[in-house]
Amino acid sequence: MSILIITLSLAAFFSLYRALRGPSISDRAIAVDIMSILFCGITALMAFRYNLPYLLDLSITIAILAFIGTLALAKYLEGRHLDD
Amino acid sequence: MNRKIIFFLVALILWFLFTFNLNYDEIIVGIFVSLLSAFIFGGYFIEKPIKIFQIHRWFWLLVYIPIFAYKCIEANLDVALRVLHPGMPLKPGIIKIKTSLKTEIAKTFLANSITLTPGTMTCEIDGDTLYIHWIWIKEEEEEKAKKMIAQTFEKYLKRIFE
Amino acid sequence: MIFYYLGWISIIFGVIFNLLGALGLVKFPDLYNRMQASTKCVTIGTCGIMLGIFFIRGFNQMGIKALICALFILFTMPVAAHALSRGSLLFGTKLWHKSVIDKFGEDKKGYSQISKEDEAT
Repeated sequence: MSILIITLSLAAFFSLYRALRGPSISDRAIAVDIMSILFCGITALMAFRYNLPYLLDLSITIAILAFIGTLALAKYLEGRHLDD
Repeated sequence: MNRKIIFFLVALILWFLFTFNLNYDEIIVGIFVSLLSAFIFGGYFIEKPIKIFQIHRWFWLLVYIPIFAYKCIEANLDVALRVLHPGMPLKPGIIKIKTSLKTEIAKTFLANSITLTPGTMTCEIDGDTLYIHWIWIKEEEEEKAKKMIAQTFEKYLKRIFE
Repeated sequence: MIFYYLGWISIIFGVIFNLLGALGLVKFPDLYNRMQASTKCVTIGTCGIMLGIFFIRGFNQMGIKALICALFILFTMPVAAHALSRGSLLFGTKLWHKSVIDKFGEDKKGYSQISKEDEAT
Protein backbone atom coordinates (compact mmCIF):
# COMPACT_ATOMS: atom_id res chain seq x y z
CA MET A 1 0.00 0.00 0.00
CA SER A 2 2.86 2.39 0.82
CA ILE A 3 4.41 1.60 -2.57
CA LEU A 4 1.23 2.76 -4.33
CA ILE A 5 1.19 6.07 -2.43
CA ILE A 6 4.90 6.65 -3.19
CA THR A 7 4.26 5.96 -6.90
CA LEU A 8 1.49 8.55 -6.97
CA SER A 9 3.81 11.06 -5.29
CA LEU A 10 6.40 10.40 -8.02
CA ALA A 11 3.73 11.17 -10.64
CA ALA A 12 2.94 14.42 -8.78
CA PHE A 13 6.65 15.33 -9.00
CA PHE A 14 6.56 14.83 -12.80
CA SER A 15 3.64 17.23 -13.15
CA LEU A 16 5.36 19.70 -10.78
CA TYR A 17 8.31 19.69 -13.21
CA ARG A 18 5.97 20.62 -16.06
CA ALA A 19 4.35 23.34 -13.94
CA LEU A 20 7.73 24.95 -13.20
CA ARG A 21 9.18 24.56 -16.69
CA GLY A 22 6.15 24.94 -19.01
CA PRO A 23 6.50 27.52 -21.78
CA SER A 24 2.92 28.84 -21.88
CA ILE A 25 0.23 29.64 -19.32
CA SER A 26 -2.00 26.75 -20.39
CA ASP A 27 0.80 24.25 -19.75
CA ARG A 28 1.07 25.38 -16.17
CA ALA A 29 -2.70 25.34 -15.74
CA ILE A 30 -3.13 21.77 -16.99
CA ALA A 31 -0.15 20.63 -14.90
CA VAL A 32 -1.65 22.09 -11.71
CA ASP A 33 -5.02 20.53 -12.56
CA ILE A 34 -3.45 17.08 -13.05
CA MET A 35 -1.52 17.50 -9.79
CA SER A 36 -4.73 18.27 -7.88
CA ILE A 37 -6.42 15.14 -9.23
CA LEU A 38 -3.36 13.09 -8.22
CA PHE A 39 -3.62 14.50 -4.68
CA CYS A 40 -7.29 13.51 -4.74
CA GLY A 41 -6.20 9.94 -5.49
CA ILE A 42 -3.58 10.01 -2.72
CA THR A 43 -6.18 11.21 -0.20
CA ALA A 44 -8.55 8.41 -1.23
CA LEU A 45 -5.82 5.80 -0.80
CA MET A 46 -4.99 7.14 2.68
CA ALA A 47 -8.69 7.02 3.61
CA PHE A 48 -8.75 3.42 2.45
CA ARG A 49 -5.60 2.48 4.36
CA TYR A 50 -6.51 3.99 7.74
CA ASN A 51 -10.25 3.28 7.32
CA LEU A 52 -11.38 6.89 7.82
CA PRO A 53 -14.46 7.68 5.66
CA TYR A 54 -14.38 11.44 6.19
CA LEU A 55 -11.09 11.81 4.27
CA LEU A 56 -13.11 11.02 1.11
CA ASP A 57 -15.05 14.28 1.66
CA LEU A 58 -11.69 16.02 1.44
CA SER A 59 -10.90 14.32 -1.86
CA ILE A 60 -14.26 15.41 -3.37
CA THR A 61 -13.52 18.97 -2.23
CA ILE A 62 -10.08 18.92 -3.90
CA ALA A 63 -11.67 17.74 -7.18
CA ILE A 64 -14.29 20.54 -7.08
CA LEU A 65 -11.66 23.23 -6.39
CA ALA A 66 -9.43 22.02 -9.24
CA PHE A 67 -12.38 22.10 -11.66
CA ILE A 68 -13.44 25.63 -10.70
CA GLY A 69 -9.89 26.98 -10.90
CA THR A 70 -9.29 25.53 -14.37
CA LEU A 71 -12.60 26.88 -15.68
CA ALA A 72 -11.84 30.38 -14.35
CA LEU A 73 -8.42 30.43 -16.01
CA ALA A 74 -9.91 29.16 -19.31
CA LYS A 75 -12.46 32.00 -19.28
CA TYR A 76 -9.65 34.48 -18.61
CA LEU A 77 -7.66 33.14 -21.57
CA GLU A 78 -10.64 33.56 -23.89
CA GLY A 79 -10.67 37.24 -23.01
CA ARG A 80 -14.19 37.29 -21.62
CA HIS A 81 -15.57 38.32 -18.27
CA LEU A 82 -16.03 35.74 -15.56
CA ASP A 83 -19.80 36.11 -15.28
CA ASP A 84 -21.11 34.79 -18.60
CA MET B 1 -41.64 25.25 -11.14
CA ASN B 2 -41.58 21.67 -12.39
CA ARG B 3 -37.82 21.84 -12.82
CA LYS B 4 -37.29 23.11 -9.30
CA ILE B 5 -39.24 20.26 -7.70
CA ILE B 6 -37.23 17.62 -9.55
CA PHE B 7 -33.97 19.43 -8.75
CA PHE B 8 -35.03 19.38 -5.07
CA LEU B 9 -35.61 15.60 -5.17
CA VAL B 10 -32.25 14.90 -6.85
CA ALA B 11 -30.39 17.10 -4.35
CA LEU B 12 -32.12 15.44 -1.40
CA ILE B 13 -31.22 11.93 -2.63
CA LEU B 14 -27.60 13.03 -3.11
CA TRP B 15 -27.53 14.46 0.44
CA PHE B 16 -28.79 11.20 1.95
CA LEU B 17 -26.19 9.23 -0.01
CA PHE B 18 -23.48 11.52 1.38
CA THR B 19 -24.42 11.47 5.05
CA PHE B 20 -25.68 7.86 5.04
CA ASN B 21 -27.65 7.93 8.27
CA LEU B 22 -31.23 8.88 9.12
CA ASN B 23 -31.09 10.98 12.31
CA TYR B 24 -33.80 13.61 12.28
CA ASP B 25 -31.40 16.57 12.55
CA GLU B 26 -29.63 15.37 9.37
CA ILE B 27 -33.02 15.17 7.64
CA ILE B 28 -33.96 18.73 8.66
CA VAL B 29 -30.65 20.23 7.50
CA GLY B 30 -30.83 18.25 4.22
CA ILE B 31 -34.34 19.48 3.40
CA PHE B 32 -33.37 23.08 4.18
CA VAL B 33 -30.19 23.03 2.07
CA SER B 34 -31.84 21.33 -0.92
CA LEU B 35 -34.74 23.81 -0.79
CA LEU B 36 -32.29 26.72 -0.82
CA SER B 37 -30.23 25.34 -3.70
CA ALA B 38 -33.38 24.47 -5.66
CA PHE B 39 -34.60 28.07 -5.40
CA ILE B 40 -31.24 29.48 -6.49
CA PHE B 41 -30.03 27.02 -9.14
CA GLY B 42 -33.25 25.30 -10.26
CA GLY B 43 -33.52 27.48 -13.36
CA TYR B 44 -30.29 26.07 -14.79
CA PHE B 45 -31.47 22.44 -14.69
CA ILE B 46 -32.05 20.39 -17.88
CA GLU B 47 -35.09 21.10 -20.06
CA LYS B 48 -38.06 18.73 -19.81
CA PRO B 49 -36.87 16.92 -16.65
CA ILE B 50 -39.79 14.47 -16.93
CA LYS B 51 -37.44 12.41 -19.14
CA ILE B 52 -35.69 11.21 -15.96
CA PHE B 53 -38.65 8.99 -15.09
CA GLN B 54 -38.97 7.19 -18.44
CA ILE B 55 -37.72 3.63 -18.08
CA HIS B 56 -36.47 2.87 -21.60
CA ARG B 57 -33.91 5.69 -21.44
CA TRP B 58 -32.31 4.06 -18.38
CA PHE B 59 -32.25 0.74 -20.26
CA TRP B 60 -30.33 2.27 -23.18
CA LEU B 61 -27.99 3.94 -20.67
CA LEU B 62 -27.23 0.48 -19.23
CA VAL B 63 -26.50 -0.76 -22.76
CA TYR B 64 -24.28 2.28 -23.42
CA ILE B 65 -22.04 1.94 -20.35
CA PRO B 66 -20.18 -1.35 -21.31
CA ILE B 67 -19.50 -0.10 -24.86
CA PHE B 68 -18.14 3.17 -23.46
CA ALA B 69 -16.00 1.37 -20.84
CA TYR B 70 -14.50 -0.93 -23.50
CA LYS B 71 -13.62 2.01 -25.77
CA CYS B 72 -12.18 3.90 -22.80
CA ILE B 73 -9.81 1.11 -21.71
CA GLU B 74 -8.73 0.61 -25.35
CA ALA B 75 -7.96 4.35 -25.56
CA ASN B 76 -5.85 4.28 -22.43
CA LEU B 77 -3.77 1.31 -23.57
CA ASP B 78 -3.21 3.10 -26.89
CA VAL B 79 -2.05 6.33 -25.25
CA ALA B 80 0.11 4.42 -22.73
CA LEU B 81 1.88 2.62 -25.60
CA ARG B 82 2.51 5.96 -27.31
CA VAL B 83 4.01 7.36 -24.09
CA LEU B 84 6.34 4.39 -23.62
CA HIS B 85 7.38 4.19 -27.32
CA PRO B 86 10.85 5.75 -27.77
CA GLY B 87 10.23 7.18 -31.26
CA MET B 88 7.11 9.25 -30.34
CA PRO B 89 4.67 8.12 -33.09
CA LEU B 90 2.60 11.32 -33.38
CA LYS B 91 0.82 12.89 -36.38
CA PRO B 92 -1.52 15.42 -34.74
CA GLY B 93 -3.97 17.89 -36.25
CA ILE B 94 -7.39 19.49 -35.85
CA ILE B 95 -10.34 18.34 -38.00
CA LYS B 96 -14.06 19.12 -37.93
CA ILE B 97 -17.18 16.94 -38.03
CA LYS B 98 -20.89 17.69 -38.00
CA THR B 99 -23.31 16.11 -35.54
CA SER B 100 -27.05 15.53 -35.83
CA LEU B 101 -27.88 15.72 -32.11
CA LYS B 102 -30.12 18.62 -31.06
CA THR B 103 -30.32 19.11 -27.29
CA GLU B 104 -27.54 20.66 -25.24
CA ILE B 105 -27.05 17.79 -22.80
CA ALA B 106 -26.75 15.24 -25.60
CA LYS B 107 -24.02 17.34 -27.23
CA THR B 108 -22.26 17.61 -23.88
CA PHE B 109 -22.28 13.85 -23.45
CA LEU B 110 -21.07 13.34 -27.04
CA ALA B 111 -18.16 15.74 -26.45
CA ASN B 112 -17.22 14.03 -23.18
CA SER B 113 -17.34 10.59 -24.79
CA ILE B 114 -15.15 11.77 -27.68
CA THR B 115 -12.65 13.23 -25.24
CA LEU B 116 -12.32 9.95 -23.36
CA THR B 117 -11.96 7.65 -26.41
CA PRO B 118 -8.99 6.74 -28.63
CA GLY B 119 -6.73 9.67 -29.41
CA THR B 120 -9.38 12.35 -29.89
CA MET B 121 -10.23 15.49 -27.90
CA THR B 122 -13.00 18.02 -28.49
CA CYS B 123 -11.70 21.57 -28.77
CA GLU B 124 -14.74 23.68 -29.69
CA ILE B 125 -18.49 23.24 -30.16
CA ASP B 126 -20.06 25.79 -32.49
CA GLY B 127 -23.72 25.05 -33.23
CA ASP B 128 -23.62 21.56 -34.72
CA THR B 129 -19.94 21.59 -35.71
CA LEU B 130 -17.35 19.93 -33.51
CA TYR B 131 -13.62 20.71 -33.88
CA ILE B 132 -11.58 17.70 -32.81
CA HIS B 133 -7.86 17.37 -32.07
CA TRP B 134 -6.70 13.92 -33.22
CA ILE B 135 -3.36 12.46 -32.16
CA TRP B 136 -2.92 10.25 -35.27
CA ILE B 137 -4.78 11.57 -38.32
CA LYS B 138 -6.21 8.75 -40.44
CA GLU B 139 -8.81 10.65 -42.48
CA GLU B 140 -9.21 14.35 -43.22
CA GLU B 141 -12.66 14.45 -44.86
CA GLU B 142 -15.72 15.16 -42.73
CA GLU B 143 -17.93 12.16 -43.53
CA LYS B 144 -15.31 9.42 -43.22
CA ALA B 145 -13.89 10.95 -40.04
CA LYS B 146 -17.37 11.12 -38.54
CA LYS B 147 -17.93 7.46 -39.40
CA MET B 148 -14.70 6.54 -37.60
CA ILE B 149 -15.19 8.68 -34.48
CA ALA B 150 -18.77 9.41 -33.57
CA GLN B 151 -21.12 6.94 -35.30
CA THR B 152 -21.67 4.42 -32.48
CA PHE B 153 -21.97 7.04 -29.74
CA GLU B 154 -24.53 9.11 -31.65
CA LYS B 155 -26.75 6.10 -32.25
CA TYR B 156 -27.07 5.35 -28.53
CA LEU B 157 -27.11 8.93 -27.27
CA LYS B 158 -30.04 9.73 -29.57
CA ARG B 159 -31.99 6.92 -27.95
CA ILE B 160 -31.07 8.02 -24.45
CA PHE B 161 -31.64 11.77 -24.57
CA GLU B 162 -34.01 12.58 -27.46
CA MET C 1 -14.33 -12.81 -2.62
CA ILE C 2 -13.99 -12.18 -6.35
CA PHE C 3 -14.83 -8.51 -5.74
CA TYR C 4 -11.87 -8.28 -3.33
CA TYR C 5 -9.33 -9.33 -5.99
CA LEU C 6 -11.13 -7.26 -8.66
CA GLY C 7 -10.81 -4.21 -6.41
CA TRP C 8 -7.07 -4.69 -5.87
CA ILE C 9 -6.47 -5.20 -9.61
CA SER C 10 -8.45 -2.02 -10.32
CA ILE C 11 -6.44 0.01 -7.77
CA ILE C 12 -3.06 -1.20 -9.08
CA PHE C 13 -3.96 -0.53 -12.73
CA GLY C 14 -5.24 2.91 -11.74
CA VAL C 15 -1.94 3.83 -10.10
CA ILE C 16 0.03 2.60 -13.14
CA PHE C 17 -2.16 4.64 -15.52
CA ASN C 18 -1.69 7.72 -13.31
CA LEU C 19 2.10 7.34 -13.49
CA LEU C 20 1.99 6.94 -17.29
CA GLY C 21 -0.22 10.00 -17.65
CA ALA C 22 2.19 12.16 -15.66
CA LEU C 23 5.10 10.76 -17.72
CA GLY C 24 3.24 11.77 -20.89
CA LEU C 25 2.83 15.25 -19.44
CA VAL C 26 6.64 15.52 -19.27
CA LYS C 27 7.50 13.80 -22.55
CA PHE C 28 5.13 15.01 -25.29
CA PRO C 29 6.08 17.99 -27.46
CA ASP C 30 3.20 20.50 -27.38
CA LEU C 31 0.23 21.59 -25.27
CA TYR C 32 -2.55 19.70 -27.05
CA ASN C 33 -0.74 16.34 -27.10
CA ARG C 34 0.15 16.74 -23.43
CA MET C 35 -3.48 17.47 -22.66
CA GLN C 36 -4.63 14.34 -24.52
CA ALA C 37 -2.29 11.98 -22.70
CA SER C 38 -2.61 13.41 -19.22
CA THR C 39 -6.39 13.97 -19.22
CA LYS C 40 -7.31 10.49 -20.47
CA CYS C 41 -4.85 8.54 -18.34
CA VAL C 42 -5.37 10.47 -15.11
CA THR C 43 -9.17 10.42 -15.39
CA ILE C 44 -9.36 6.66 -15.88
CA GLY C 45 -6.64 6.08 -13.28
CA THR C 46 -8.32 8.00 -10.48
CA CYS C 47 -11.71 6.51 -11.38
CA GLY C 48 -10.04 3.09 -11.16
CA ILE C 49 -8.77 3.81 -7.65
CA MET C 50 -12.22 4.98 -6.50
CA LEU C 51 -13.99 2.00 -8.11
CA GLY C 52 -11.49 -0.33 -6.45
CA ILE C 53 -12.33 1.12 -3.04
CA PHE C 54 -16.03 0.71 -3.86
CA PHE C 55 -15.54 -2.95 -4.87
CA ILE C 56 -13.65 -3.80 -1.68
CA ARG C 57 -15.76 -1.89 0.85
CA GLY C 58 -19.20 -2.51 -0.71
CA PHE C 59 -22.36 -0.54 0.07
CA ASN C 60 -21.44 1.37 3.20
CA GLN C 61 -20.52 4.99 3.82
CA MET C 62 -17.03 4.77 2.34
CA GLY C 63 -18.01 2.84 -0.79
CA ILE C 64 -20.89 5.19 -1.66
CA LYS C 65 -18.67 8.26 -1.21
CA ALA C 66 -15.98 6.75 -3.42
CA LEU C 67 -18.58 5.98 -6.12
CA ILE C 68 -19.89 9.58 -6.07
CA CYS C 69 -16.32 10.91 -6.28
CA ALA C 70 -15.60 8.66 -9.29
CA LEU C 71 -18.72 9.89 -11.11
CA PHE C 72 -17.83 13.51 -10.37
CA ILE C 73 -14.29 13.17 -11.75
CA LEU C 74 -15.58 11.29 -14.82
CA PHE C 75 -17.96 14.16 -15.64
CA THR C 76 -15.78 17.17 -14.88
CA MET C 77 -12.27 16.36 -16.16
CA PRO C 78 -13.23 16.29 -19.89
CA VAL C 79 -15.16 19.55 -19.46
CA ALA C 80 -12.13 21.25 -17.90
CA ALA C 81 -9.82 19.98 -20.66
CA HIS C 82 -12.28 21.14 -23.35
CA ALA C 83 -12.58 24.63 -21.84
CA LEU C 84 -8.82 25.01 -21.44
CA SER C 85 -8.02 23.85 -24.99
CA ARG C 86 -10.67 26.18 -26.45
CA GLY C 87 -9.30 29.09 -24.43
CA SER C 88 -5.73 28.49 -25.52
CA LEU C 89 -6.76 28.06 -29.18
CA LEU C 90 -8.51 31.44 -29.09
CA PHE C 91 -5.56 32.93 -27.17
CA GLY C 92 -3.15 31.82 -29.91
CA THR C 93 -1.02 29.01 -28.53
CA LYS C 94 0.72 27.35 -31.51
CA LEU C 95 0.52 23.68 -32.50
CA TRP C 96 3.58 21.44 -32.91
CA HIS C 97 5.60 21.92 -36.12
CA LYS C 98 4.96 18.37 -37.38
CA SER C 99 1.17 18.78 -37.22
CA VAL C 100 -0.69 17.95 -40.39
CA ILE C 101 -3.83 20.08 -40.58
CA ASP C 102 -5.55 22.87 -38.62
CA LYS C 103 -9.20 23.38 -39.59
CA PHE C 104 -9.95 25.55 -36.54
CA GLY C 105 -7.42 28.26 -37.37
CA GLU C 106 -8.41 28.24 -41.05
CA ASP C 107 -12.10 28.68 -40.23
CA LYS C 108 -12.03 31.07 -37.27
CA LYS C 109 -8.87 33.13 -37.71
CA GLY C 110 -8.04 32.91 -41.40
CA TYR C 111 -4.57 31.42 -40.99
CA SER C 112 -3.19 28.14 -39.74
CA GLN C 113 -1.74 28.08 -36.22
CA ILE C 114 0.99 25.48 -36.83
CA SER C 115 4.36 26.75 -35.61
CA LYS C 116 7.60 26.99 -37.58
CA GLU C 117 10.46 24.49 -37.35
CA ASP C 118 12.63 26.23 -34.75
CA GLU C 119 9.98 27.80 -32.50
CA ALA C 120 9.73 26.42 -28.98
CA THR C 121 6.32 25.08 -27.95
